[in-house]
Amino acid sequence: MSASPLVDIRGLEKKFDLSGSLLEQVSFKNGRFQRKQEAVHAINGVNLQVFKGEALCVVGESGCGKSTVARTIMGLLSPTAGEVHYEGKRIDTLEGKALLPYRRKMQMIFQNPYASLNPRMTIQQTLEEPIHFHHPEWSKADVLNKVQEVMQSVGIDPDWGSRFGHEFSGGQRQRIAIARALAVDPEFIVADEPISALDVSIQAQVLNLMMDAQESRNLTYLFITHDLAVVEHFGTRVAVMYLGRVCELAPTKALFASPRHPYTQALLSAIPRLEDGRPNYIRLQGEVPTPVNLPSGCVFHGRCPYANDRCRQEIPELFATDDGGQVACHGVEEGRL
Amino acid sequence: MMTATVSRWARVRDSFLWYSFKRDKVAIASFIVLLAMVLSAIFAPLLAPTDPYDLALIDIMNSELPPVGMSGADGAFPLGTDAQGRDMLSTILYGTRVSLMIGFGAVILQAALGIMFGLLAGYLGGRVDAILMRIADVQLSFSTLMVAIIVGAVFKASFGSLMFGEIAIYMLIFIIGVAEWPQIARTVRASVLAEKKKEYVDAAKVMGFRTNRIMFRHILPNTLSPIFVIGTVQIANAIISEAALSFLGLGMPETQPSLGSLIKSGFDYIQSGSWWITLLPGLVLVVLVLVINLLGDWLRDVMNPRLYKG
Repeated sequence: MSASPLVDIRGLEKKFDLSGSLLEQVSFKNGRFQRKQEAVHAINGVNLQVFKGEALCVVGESGCGKSTVARTIMGLLSPTAGEVHYEGKRIDTLEGKALLPYRRKMQMIFQNPYASLNPRMTIQQTLEEPIHFHHPEWSKADVLNKVQEVMQSVGIDPDWGSRFGHEFSGGQRQRIAIARALAVDPEFIVADEPISALDVSIQAQVLNLMMDAQESRNLTYLFITHDLAVVEHFGTRVAVMYLGRVCELAPTKALFASPRHPYTQALLSAIPRLEDGRPNYIRLQGEVPTPVNLPSGCVFHGRCPYANDRCRQEIPELFATDDGGQVACHGVEEGRL
Repeated sequence: MMTATVSRWARVRDSFLWYSFKRDKVAIASFIVLLAMVLSAIFAPLLAPTDPYDLALIDIMNSELPPVGMSGADGAFPLGTDAQGRDMLSTILYGTRVSLMIGFGAVILQAALGIMFGLLAGYLGGRVDAILMRIADVQLSFSTLMVAIIVGAVFKASFGSLMFGEIAIYMLIFIIGVAEWPQIARTVRASVLAEKKKEYVDAAKVMGFRTNRIMFRHILPNTLSPIFVIGTVQIANAIISEAALSFLGLGMPETQPSLGSLIKSGFDYIQSGSWWITLLPGLVLVVLVLVINLLGDWLRDVMNPRLYKG
């Protein structure tokens, strides 16, 4: 991993304001005016590097900020703090025309194939529009050829172009959504839980399609999911997120073989195994704390069986371990675990 | 190109809209009546026996003749004549034309303003939304008729009756159009708020499409159903507003009468037995507004996304 990363996320933070306008923040209590500001801390200092040709999977439970990371990278949300770099150039501050070349290089596949296709546009229109927009100099025949090519590559009959999105099944729609992303020949694709809304029988189909596309088009993926089986099948490296922070980042094999972070250990132990008869998963105490009032120190300390005073005060940073991964845990750093 | 038009017609034939239209007798009847009225209004110059705008054709001796079938009727005037000797059938045809023109014109203006402001408010949100919607609220707190009366009276006073007569039709379109845009703007805004959260909008953003393109090419087509429904009802409302203004003497002048001003001009003679001058245009107005409203009701039922999605 000595090469420079394709996408580099540094110290990314995103807060969603809960308190509204100034008038809504001010309240009158105990004879005094008080101003109260609240925010959801969706992501709190995420550092990630995505290298060319890999599939970086981001896993974590609901509400841990996976999707927010994806949307911030794609510029659908603007970060509260931190930077997003693409091939060494900072892109989160770019706007309008300056961003267009990156729009072509970075594409996104969405979770819900029932909402991600415009219901009033035919498939042909849906696929033609981005090509036309990004290559205004192309002739009509060129555009048509390109549409046919991407439709064929995702296994959709080009003759179906005059149909509307609602005439297709969920798996077909998701393949059309993938075709739309591929239509502009991107290098990097962010997939935000692309198979979680699909039938299990279709999930493998779409996943294989994405892997084929990765091979034939030399794509790089940032793959958001909560399905650990998919991660094992698909990912080159895995980032585990908890409450808006990355707690462990490691090559897939290393992570599944020897998880280091206590949270990762608990997460992986929850995978049903066939080897032994009784479940031996690690039972975590309590619940995920609210992202409105973040715990001090390590975000996981309230539920970690190994937490000590340092964990309660000092926020752990990612550090490299001997097996090629990175862990953010004081216990691992100190050699306690 | 040929295949595209064929498939479009096939799509209309296969659509739920057409299917439910075929089964709804009220909708079919309303549509036929409306179509007949619109066509006869469009072709009024060909259909009408006389041109009511041409003063040279009017003979005052023919005034207040009753419709055919009553004693004293003249076969040349099947629906009788008004107080100035104009043929009622011709004036009603021309009046329907004026009323429909004002109705459609006002709704086109309303729709243009309402869609524009509704899209901007809904999509951009924040301060733009707050400002536009407060303007709409303020405007809705005045009655349309009150605003129209004030503006109409001011214009009439400042331009004089003669000049006002010439521009009256544009004035009415403008007044009614501007007074009612918040109705459409609110509906559009509500649909935009629902649509803009969907992932196809995010996909368009990720593609790098500009705000205008996303608003007009992606979101607007998905908000058209409620606009159609509201638009239909608003045509009826605009025609009624125009009739009310004309009845108050602030609408179309008697030389270029709409249905409203015809009703008004006959109102003075209703006590002297010439009931047809008021009643016949009144009947036409009621039927016109009724069929438009019935069609609007049918559209609302059909396009209700809770009943039918697509």
